[in-house]
Amino acid sequence: MDILYLLIPLSVVLVLMILAGLWWAIDRGQFESVEQEGERILRDD
Amino acid sequence: MDSQKIGTAHYNDTVVRQFSIMAVVWGVVGMLVGVIIAAQLAWPELNFGIPWLSYGRLRPLHTNAVIFAFGGCALFATSYYVVQRTSQVRLFAPLLAAFTFWGWQLVIVAAAISLPLGYTSGKEYAELEWPIDILITLVWVSYAIVFFGTIGVRKVKHIYVANWFFGAFILAVALLHVVNSAAIPAGFMKSYSAYAGVQDAMVQWWYGHNAVGFFLTAGFLGMMYYFIPKQAGRPVYSYRLSIVHFWALIFTYMWAGPHHLHYTALPDWTQSVGMVFSLILLAPSWGGMINGVMTLSGAWHKLRDDPILRFLIVSLSFYGMSTFEGPMMSIKTVNALSHYTDWTVGHVHSGALGWVGLISMGSLYYLVPRLFGREKMHSIKAIELHFWMATIGIVLYIAAMWIAGVMQGLMWRAINPDGTLTYTFVESVKATYPFYVIRVAGGLLYLGGMIVMAWNVWLTAISGRSVKVAIPAVNAAHA
Repeated sequence: MDILYLLIPLSVVLVLMILAGLWWAIDRGQFESVEQEGERILRDD
Repeated sequence: MDSQKIGTAHYNDTVVRQFSIMAVVWGVVGMLVGVIIAAQLAWPELNFGIPWLSYGRLRPLHTNAVIFAFGGCALFATSYYVVQRTSQVRLFAPLLAAFTFWGWQLVIVAAAISLPLGYTSGKEYAELEWPIDILITLVWVSYAIVFFGTIGVRKVKHIYVANWFFGAFILAVALLHVVNSAAIPAGFMKSYSAYAGVQDAMVQWWYGHNAVGFFLTAGFLGMMYYFIPKQAGRPVYSYRLSIVHFWALIFTYMWAGPHHLHYTALPDWTQSVGMVFSLILLAPSWGGMINGVMTLSGAWHKLRDDPILRFLIVSLSFYGMSTFEGPMMSIKTVNALSHYTDWTVGHVHSGALGWVGLISMGSLYYLVPRLFGREKMHSIKAIELHFWMATIGIVLYIAAMWIAGVMQGLMWRAINPDGTLTYTFVESVKATYPFYVIRVAGGLLYLGGMIVMAWNVWLTAISGRSVKVAIPAVNAAHA
């Protein structure tokens, strides 16, 4: 099952990237006042 | 309305139009091949002794056509439409966007030629040989640049939830494709996988299940989160829930792959990891389903008169069914019965015809009139007819496969008091025959519905005009 030497580190890297993405989103205020954001798409075009 | 129209800036809907039309075309083609191979299983004479028409070669043509040609074009069309509209900017790198269209069509044509000719890597949903794999990589990298580039230049600060799903789908598929398609070329259309034996199996089903999770689920959830609110005229039921279930979903999906390999040479502990994470996956999946369905809260009456909304909501019912059935089938004890039977086929098609098919059709019915300057599709009655043909077709298909599958599993494990097997394998094949016939009928109905859609889309397109939609100015207070 040597492939696990590839798959597990790869998955860990992926998890770290996902966490980085989440941190970026929180830091940039993506999750502030989300209540309006659902409505916004109904207003356009 | 706060926004004013800017004189010259328009959305790039040309590529959206192109992908939307081809999605319908490939839908008909892919489903037709599906009906042909279903008929071949019931009546093997339909292989005609011709290698290019044999089941073994046509099956991957069917799977690639419906997933990547039909599903792929629908995802390209809707993601390019949604990212522009929610970012209030034109598509980034328009030449690259055009390349993604023509490049993707070339991939599809190359598949349609090479698969019946027998060129295959033998990896499920990744059969295409290495030169085509390289083209896919080029198209996909371009797709990522166009999509994320558009997000990068957006005029609206908040990134609407649908875009997170599309973004995750694009990035995950890139990773999956590059890793699973790694191969050593040994000729123009021949290669050997970089992996071997059960290790290759593990990589293959890490890929396969994530193809389902990111291509067929996350991507289409992106579609759902835009087109259901738009068609219903109501915002997503709980925006907070959409954010939470997005992160839960993408985190959990990656670990479910081993449930394809229960009771094989894969180590026991790996199988257990796959089983547990597949069960956990039920929660975020149902979070998405509930969020989409409850968006109609206070507007259920719209379902009575709007067949497009019916497509979208019923697709979520099948999504809920499949994301319950899947975890159940991931339980090792259940899998011991279901593996290698037609129950797996029934499960796949419940998700494919029920979720992926119906959400794509509903979204395209929303999109197509608007892309041709029309208010509505040419015929609402035809949408209604399509809905019923599709739904009845799905029910016939999956019921037949459930019965066949459980029957096969029970027959294969039946033993006599002296420990010998009760049935020979061929007896189970014979017993399956009537269900294969019913499945052909279900598939024919579903294909028929798709042809009705093609007719409707054709008439809508030729009686409309390709209009340019101006990008509204974004009020500074909202940005």
